[in-house]
Amino acid sequence: MNVTIIRFPGTNCDLDTANAVKKVLGIIPKIISCKDDKIPKSDLIIIPGGFSYGDYLRSGAIAAREPIMDDLELRGNQGVYIIGICNGFQILTERKLLPGSLLKNSSLKFISKNVELKINRNDTFFTSKYQTDEVVNIPIAHHDGNFFADQDTLNSIEDNNQVALRYLNPINGSLNNIAGLYNKNLNILGLMPHPERAVDIKTGTNDGSRIFESALNFYST
Amino acid sequence: MRAIVYIRLKAEVLDPQGQAIENALKNLGENNINNIRQGKLIEMDIEAKNKDEAEEKIEKITKSLLANTVIEEYSIEIS
Repeated sequence: MNVTIIRFPGTNCDLDTANAVKKVLGIIPKIISCKDDKIPKSDLIIIPGGFSYGDYLRSGAIAAREPIMDDLELRGNQGVYIIGICNGFQILTERKLLPGSLLKNSSLKFISKNVELKINRNDTFFTSKYQTDEVVNIPIAHHDGNFFADQDTLNSIEDNNQVALRYLNPINGSLNNIAGLYNKNLNILGLMPHPERAVDIKTGTNDGSRIFESALNFYST
Repeated sequence: MRAIVYIRLKAEVLDPQGQAIENALKNLGENNINNIRQGKLIEMDIEAKNKDEAEEKIEKITKSLLANTVIEEYSIEIS
């Protein structure tokens, strides 16, 4: 299984993500620069968290228009699995690979804490090692995580069962408590929580590791 | 030519920054100011044959990058 992590200027979770992949999957991922021409052959592409281009204009807006994102979009359309974590999620919505947008938290506060999340469905590439409706504990660390979509888009997200996970309690103003969602084909996942920071019980929770295990499970079965 | 793009959150989108500014003004005793919304202004020089061409170009870059039309609306001024 080939895993690639894309780093933009201002990305700061690339090494944590690489360590999580290595620890959980025993795979050393390739970390590439957004200035590279192409994404190498990958079974899973991860856009990690951080503050790409300093969150200038809007979080993720500049990164979403980098030339490498043309290649990412192509891979996504071909069915390659993609995860965007935190800023990666913002980049995917700015690129319109995922619906909606992430606004400033309704409290205007940067929120950094472990939160309880409910897994909405366990029949996807990313969640087979969880139970549907299971409550997990994974940290969030963001200022712009307040999920917004117009009513029609929100209805379509719910009708197509595209929600990946929800905050158990309202925390940042997100509509329907959405913390993460899939594209219609379920091969692209964006989420605000940081699963890569929850892969070792020594940090308080390892509930994030099963996202990576689910991916491996898919390739080994 | 000089172009100015005004970008504001759509009316149905919550604007916590606007609310925070409004609360600060209330703390300063300004109680007659309500419904503050914060937006942004982006200005630039543009070379074009005429105003129509400039407007078309600015509209294009606004839709492709400057504004996110999922949450924002915009207006363009060219002088």
